[in-house]
Amino acid sequence: MLTTLMIAVPFVGALLVWVLPLSRESTSGLALIAALAEAGLWLGSIRNFEFGSDAQQYSTSREWFDELGISYAVGLYGFQYWLVGLTIVVGACAIGYGSWVGRERPRAYFGLMLFLVGALVGVFASQDLILFYVFFEAMLIPIYVLVGVWGGPARIKATVTFVLYTMAGSLLMLASIVAFGISQGTFLLSDIGTSSNDWVFLGFLAAFAVKAPLLPFHGWLRAAYTEAPPEVAAILSGVVSKAAVFGLVWIVLPHFPEPVEDFREVVLVLAAATLVYGAVLAFRQPDARGVIAYSSMSQMGLIVLGIFASSDLALDGAVLHSVSHGLVSAGMFLLAGMIETRAGTGVFSLLGGMAKGRPVLATLVMTLGMFTLAVPGSSNFAGEFAILAGVFTRGWGYAAVGAAAIVLAALYTLRLISAVLHERRGEAVREDAPDIVGNELWLVVPLVAILAVLSAWPAAISERSFPGDAPASFIGGQAGVGLEP
Amino acid sequence: MIDTPSVDWLALSPALALLGLSAVTLLGAVIVPRAAVRPFSVLVSVGGFVTSAVLGMVVFHRSSEASQVVVESMVRDRLGAGAAVVIALVGLAIVLASAGDRRRDHVGEYYSLLAAAAAGMVFFVSAGNLMTMFLALEWFSISLYVLCALDTHRRESLEAGLKYLIVGSFGSGILLFGCALVYGATGELGFASIQQATGADDPLFVTGLAMILAGLGFKVSAAPFHMWTPDVYQGAPTTVTAFMAAATKVAGLVLMLRLLVTAFPEQDEIWTIAVAALAVASLAIGNLAAIAQRDVKRMLAYSSISHAGFLLIAIAANNREGGEALLYYLVPYVAATVGAFAVVAARERELGRAVTLERLEGLGWERPFLGVAMWAFVLSMAGFPLTGGFLGKLFVFSAVYEAGWWWLVVIGVLATALSLAYYLNIVRALFMRQGDVPATVVAAGGSPPRDLLLDTAVAGAFAVTIGSFFAVQPIVDLARDAVGSIPL
Repeated sequence: MLTTLMIAVPFVGALLVWVLPLSRESTSGLALIAALAEAGLWLGSIRNFEFGSDAQQYSTSREWFDELGISYAVGLYGFQYWLVGLTIVVGACAIGYGSWVGRERPRAYFGLMLFLVGALVGVFASQDLILFYVFFEAMLIPIYVLVGVWGGPARIKATVTFVLYTMAGSLLMLASIVAFGISQGTFLLSDIGTSSNDWVFLGFLAAFAVKAPLLPFHGWLRAAYTEAPPEVAAILSGVVSKAAVFGLVWIVLPHFPEPVEDFREVVLVLAAATLVYGAVLAFRQPDARGVIAYSSMSQMGLIVLGIFASSDLALDGAVLHSVSHGLVSAGMFLLAGMIETRAGTGVFSLLGGMAKGRPVLATLVMTLGMFTLAVPGSSNFAGEFAILAGVFTRGWGYAAVGAAAIVLAALYTLRLISAVLHERRGEAVREDAPDIVGNELWLVVPLVAILAVLSAWPAAISERSFPGDAPASFIGGQAGVGLEP
Repeated sequence: MIDTPSVDWLALSPALALLGLSAVTLLGAVIVPRAAVRPFSVLVSVGGFVTSAVLGMVVFHRSSEASQVVVESMVRDRLGAGAAVVIALVGLAIVLASAGDRRRDHVGEYYSLLAAAAAGMVFFVSAGNLMTMFLALEWFSISLYVLCALDTHRRESLEAGLKYLIVGSFGSGILLFGCALVYGATGELGFASIQQATGADDPLFVTGLAMILAGLGFKVSAAPFHMWTPDVYQGAPTTVTAFMAAATKVAGLVLMLRLLVTAFPEQDEIWTIAVAALAVASLAIGNLAAIAQRDVKRMLAYSSISHAGFLLIAIAANNREGGEALLYYLVPYVAATVGAFAVVAARERELGRAVTLERLEGLGWERPFLGVAMWAFVLSMAGFPLTGGFLGKLFVFSAVYEAGWWWLVVIGVLATALSLAYYLNIVRALFMRQGDVPATVVAAGGSPPRDLLLDTAVAGAFAVTIGSFFAVQPIVDLARDAVGSIPL
């Protein structure tokens, strides 16, 4: 029931925001209350969550369209619980950012933001293929409008490109879902069993490769992450891309064992290439958001590398890194937004010297920068290390490439930090541009605080993502669960 | 004394109610004072269409076993009754949406013809032999020809009427020729008798089947028999277009399903291929041509061609699931179509000229209700989740996958991807503007009064579009009952 409640709260909040004729302040207040209530719900449920249990937690299952064997089935395992938490935290910060900036047409805006959060929670909690697809697509609706209406000057092109890329991928997935589900007679993940059909597998892979994105499917990324409002970009890179993680871990790995084996090398090579290519592109971007965008792509490459390595260590690392990368990149996008509101631009050649007289801004950028480049001791380091150690067993080459990419991460992050904070004061930076103070602080500090906790105690996630702390066998065993003996 | 056959009046009642309505509104046009014709016609029409829908539900409820009416000329069963209910409800929505029309002449005639066309369609979906089928087809087609040309002061409207008349008559002619050939080969007119008759391997018979298919293809605007659709849909009065796009599709496709599976089950290896070919052609032509359109009515016309493609896929599946999928798909399709055209009609009245994509600009913010509803309608047509259109497509795809035609699923999916290009254009026009350019078109003559009846129609269509997603199983249960009355 609780999972259903966590899905319902944002949707109900969205409806209320849309329907009630409230003022700007009350509207953003209502949206924030809904987001915080959601966070409270999640935090409150942590005590009773049995991370070690083999059973789905807080699950609900109802027949919905029994003619085709489609049901409303939601429930959580550890790693899903963490992804839901990531959604809720980033969503709340993004909504807070929106109300701090004071977006135009607040009722439409906050309603769509809440709708997006609800759809994302739904994606991570789905235990039925069609339900998953429904939420996976439903999140496109708010994104399309949020980017297209509140975005930057080239927003229309950005949003259309994003939607067309994503839809191309997800419609292929839909064909695969139909083929898979109809031939098995159910769409319930716990009953659907396995398939050895390469085409069906490739349909799923296409959707997630676009979402992540992996190398040849990243054409939408730059424009979408740059033209979207910063808080929407934060959700896009921090959370939406993790839908690919969920799909790969929970749909592709357990239900397509043979195709995964056949295509493992291909995906690993693509992921490694994404990792390096993203890092190189990030290093060459002329503006802050460009760097963060491609850094995000690069990190997603690393996560996919971990998932397809499919060893226990790599999978634990992939989940941990998903969460910490989500928090870091969301925080970075919000900071980039704050810098842009101060300077009016994110272009490096017009920025610089912002650290002087703005200690809080400088500290936050530096801190999140350190997380991005995975300084030892950070949760990102823990995640990356686990992934690389895990992928080593698949081939030392991948680990070597991954390690090299960490060096590249240091290069682009340090370039970003020095271009924004240090060097000579840029043209666009006014002397009296304020530091981050007051309420604004609370938009990023929670993200940093959670990252600090995870750095001190990465095992909070890495040991609580899969029951029995044996991810590979647990995921592999999924396809068999629920089948009649 | 001559023996009169006993007539099952209840089976005829949905059509008779509409015929009566047609007569009353026609009389009203003459008797009622000119100023009161519109309110009178609207009021009576609402009553008439609701009565017909209720009678249809009663027939549905009381016809768990299919039976013949007047030998084989008509069938009383749940398929026909269900379709009659849908057609009557479409008519009701059209009456509400057209209550605010600016037309001054032919008001009474408009409602009269609308009711007559609906009555013809209700009769058509229950037709049990080739003669009644053709009779009903002509009956509603002729009403529609006149309706298209009703705006006599607009050249486009006259042009639409003429085009529809010529091409439509050609289609009817082919259908009639096909019927004649089938009759010639089998000596039977009744659908069920044709199936039992010998002589089915006669080449004349197969030619007849092909010509019947082509004739029905004209009516449901399936490619390559679609050429009239864009011009007629664009030129006809918008509410008439909405009625044609929604109700004619229901009637044509339901009858096509009934005819093919009742009369020609032996020839299924021929007609499934033919229907699949029509479907593929419709998907390709409808979607590709729609991308290039700027006029919203024309775009929706091509979109309706592509939907004919999806619906034909369900028929081509030739299994029980396909039949259910067809009927289910029609529900959100009809709602979204009526709703979308109603919104276009509202904008058209506001601007006093044809609605292009540019002229939709900003509607979403000026009229949030119409904007959000239109958004839902196009998302449903595009098959996005949270709308019935998604489950409709899913159901069609799974039915045809079950039939073993996975390549039709792939084509359907590709067509859906293509269709996004133009459906999302509409959403973009409603809500997004390039740069900071102010709207180029302003409402003509200030803000028009709120049209409560049109809003009601849109709200109803919106509720069905979204509701058919969440309450899919009850609708599918009804569809299953309806399909149970034909030999699938």
